[in-house]
Amino acid sequence: MPELGKYAAEVLSAYGVSALLIAALVGWSFLRAARVRRDLAEAEARSRAHGR
Amino acid sequence: MSLWEYANPRKFMQTSAGLLPWVTGIAAIVMVVGLVWGFFFTPDDYRQGSTVKIIYLHVPAAMMAINIWAMMLVASLIWLIRRHHVSALAAKAAAPIGVTMTLIALFTGAIWGQPMWGTYWAWDPRLTSFLILFLFYLGYLALWEAIDDPDTAADLTAVLCLVGSVFAVLSRYAVNFWNQGLHQGASLSMDADENVADVFWLPLVVCIAGFVLFFVALLLMRTRTEIRARRLKALIARERMG
Repeated sequence: MPELGKYAAEVLSAYGVSALLIAALVGWSFLRAARVRRDLAEAEARSRAHGR
Repeated sequence: MSLWEYANPRKFMQTSAGLLPWVTGIAAIVMVVGLVWGFFFTPDDYRQGSTVKIIYLHVPAAMMAINIWAMMLVASLIWLIRRHHVSALAAKAAAPIGVTMTLIALFTGAIWGQPMWGTYWAWDPRLTSFLILFLFYLGYLALWEAIDDPDTAADLTAVLCLVGSVFAVLSRYAVNFWNQGLHQGASLSMDADENVADVFWLPLVVCIAGFVLFFVALLLMRTRTEIRARRLKALIARERMG
């Protein structure tokens, strides 16, 4: 860990907030991608079953 | 081969499936290298102390916030002129990444501003235009959600994107238009006199490259999701019609 001196709180909070925001964006994108892929697979299966 | 081939959703899905793992892997490596280099292996600035390490997040995020809007503008124009669905969906997919980058730039700027300027916020031209850009991003996302018909939503959000571009340009050039603000000029410039010292500049360039690659990876993934979501919506509508 580098010596951040009297500005440690500022530097660490900048990195912490950014990491949280990026993690939230990536997590949400992955979850939505998985949900849409699953729902589409189900809808296509239903569509095939009904001969549409 | 023409660029317009990728306007075909099937072609886009095929090509992006092959590209995505590579772009994601390279983006992760470049971003981690840049941030670790900047955070652990660069000295403090003689005036700003260790707060200079915030530059490795603040500058790339701010650059991305503006350039993602520019990318959305190009995609919106392609939609309005050529009616390619993939371009409208790419603009929609980019917006949450843009809003996150704008938030990071605003947060890190405020955290950096307190020890350097003595305040978290000032109604400075660049800060204010950035806040307005953030509000435009929120409005853009809200408009997509508010309209049920995807083509109408794409039309109206494209117009909003054109209007918001004024503030994206202002965010970039506000420091040049007005001199009364707190925010300094560009940290990176083709004019060597304006650049930060090499010891900070090199990891900063790596971080910027990492953020650009991160955006491309996430954009590919999110556009693929939007294409699937559009097909899902069409299938559900067909089911309801019996």
